[in-house]
Amino acid sequence: MASEIQLTDVTKRYGRRKPAVDNFSMTIPAGEIVVFVGPSGCGKTTTMRMINRLIEPTSGTITIGGEDTSTLDPDKLRRTIGYAIQQAGLFPHMTVAQNIGVVPGLLGWDRKKIADRVEEMLDTVGLDAAEFHDRFPRQLSGGQQQRVGVARALAADPPVLLMDEPFGAVDPITRGNLQDELMRLQGELRKTIVFVTHDFDEAVKLGDRIAVLGEQSKILQYDTPDVILANPADDTVAGFVGAGASLKQLTLRRVRDVELVQPEVIVSTQDEPDEIRRRLTDAGRSYALMLDARRRPVAWVHVREPRVRRPIRDMVAAESTVQDALEAILTEGGNAVVTGARGEFKGLVEIDTVMAVIRDLRETV
Amino acid sequence: MSFWDFVDDRWSRLLSESLLHVSAVVQCTIIAALLGVTVGVAVYRSPFGSAVATALTSAILTIPSFALLGLLIPVLGLGAPPTVAALVLYGLLPIVRNTIVGLAGVDGAITDAARGIGMNRFGVLTRVELRLAWPAILAGMRVSTQMLMGIAAIAAYARGPGLGVEIFAGLVRAGSANATNQAIAGTVGIVVLALVLDGIFVLIGRYTTSRGIRGQ
Repeated sequence: MASEIQLTDVTKRYGRRKPAVDNFSMTIPAGEIVVFVGPSGCGKTTTMRMINRLIEPTSGTITIGGEDTSTLDPDKLRRTIGYAIQQAGLFPHMTVAQNIGVVPGLLGWDRKKIADRVEEMLDTVGLDAAEFHDRFPRQLSGGQQQRVGVARALAADPPVLLMDEPFGAVDPITRGNLQDELMRLQGELRKTIVFVTHDFDEAVKLGDRIAVLGEQSKILQYDTPDVILANPADDTVAGFVGAGASLKQLTLRRVRDVELVQPEVIVSTQDEPDEIRRRLTDAGRSYALMLDARRRPVAWVHVREPRVRRPIRDMVAAESTVQDALEAILTEGGNAVVTGARGEFKGLVEIDTVMAVIRDLRETV
Repeated sequence: MSFWDFVDDRWSRLLSESLLHVSAVVQCTIIAALLGVTVGVAVYRSPFGSAVATALTSAILTIPSFALLGLLIPVLGLGAPPTVAALVLYGLLPIVRNTIVGLAGVDGAITDAARGIGMNRFGVLTRVELRLAWPAILAGMRVSTQMLMGIAAIAAYARGPGLGVEIFAGLVRAGSANATNQAIAGTVGIVVLALVLDGIFVLIGRYTTSRGIRGQ
């Protein structure tokens, strides 16, 4: 369930100063993630907050699923729009379960249904219900608080979700995990999500479309990440895209989308060193990949020292980006090892495959 | 007669005066809390309103209690009415100030989230802001109670109830038999009751403050 959001000639003016948001028009397609990205103070948050009427537009109309929001009661409107913000904004005096249950409670669901929904949401955002149910926000890490914030925003199954720099206050590793998690969730839920950030890399990773905004929320470019990376509309957008646009394009392709190669020689942890050496010599190769009994990659083995297991320093998953694979290739000094959902070996990504992806990206855009 | 013999002799009377004393202070604190929190809620969003409310309630506190009671007698007569009026007025400052500080101290992101997920103004105030400000408000009530325990003794001047009666009677008869014992009994009684009430406040705080915001 998702709704299209349509903003038409929306302006926000404070007093007699020049407008904070000037004549903003945009269609946000149902079921897509649209990322507003721009420098701080450009009005991107103001624009987002007008969608759920935390800020009232001075003029212009906003419709959600065809319905004019200005005709609705603002409090009731907000109960149908998920809202997640930086540092989560959890209620510190309520438990995790109570926090998640607030909106269903406001909507008048009965206790049983709320309790069931809370369990479901904890599970959805990857928190163990038994462990986290009765905790208070201060007993959670930043990443866990952010997950609860997302769970609270989604609890009443709103068709639209507004996220204002929700991952801005957590460390880079946790942020990466939360982003992956959001993409996975969106794969299932297909909400219409408006996501505000000043981090262009985050925009590229998450957005189906990116709106690069300038002063007074002026739309400098509104397009898919591929197009913005390949053809920035002007110098300001190009500056925002920053250096390494081609590298960033690699984050648009997933390892599962590229062709994997199989190594010539795969050995098992049970194989004798002599056997390994013989097979490598026969194949005319210097390295073999060693898998364990459950076909999980363990090590590389060289023909001259078949007893020495050289650890695999960096592996990638099928969901990883091609950029991650390139990173692994550079770390390994060879091919990147790809594993499946249970850690089983899937194949290798070669540097030539990555080059082919880059060529392909250049041609298609 | 020794002090303990005196206390033993007058036990039932001291006890009833103690109860009256505590009951007057507790009731006046509750009235002051209702008024003080209402005033605090009304003004906390405006820096000007907060400053005025704090200044006014501070001004009341600077009036000597003896003078305030004396001034109230011609208006409200003797007995309970001037006592209650004086105690409530004195009790306001700590509660008003702590309510303002407590409400103003609530993280803006939390109220923004509360509005953003669809709570109305009243819901944000009662379900979020006042809950988070509660420890501060309770601390204000605790200070008020302690203060009013002492001030209530002066109320005997206006024929008010409580242990102040013993103190005044003892002081008036200074030099005669048991005068000192009488004054001391009243004073010690007030100190003991104040400590007991303070303990009760600690318990109330423990049972009415969410574990999520109680100090570690």
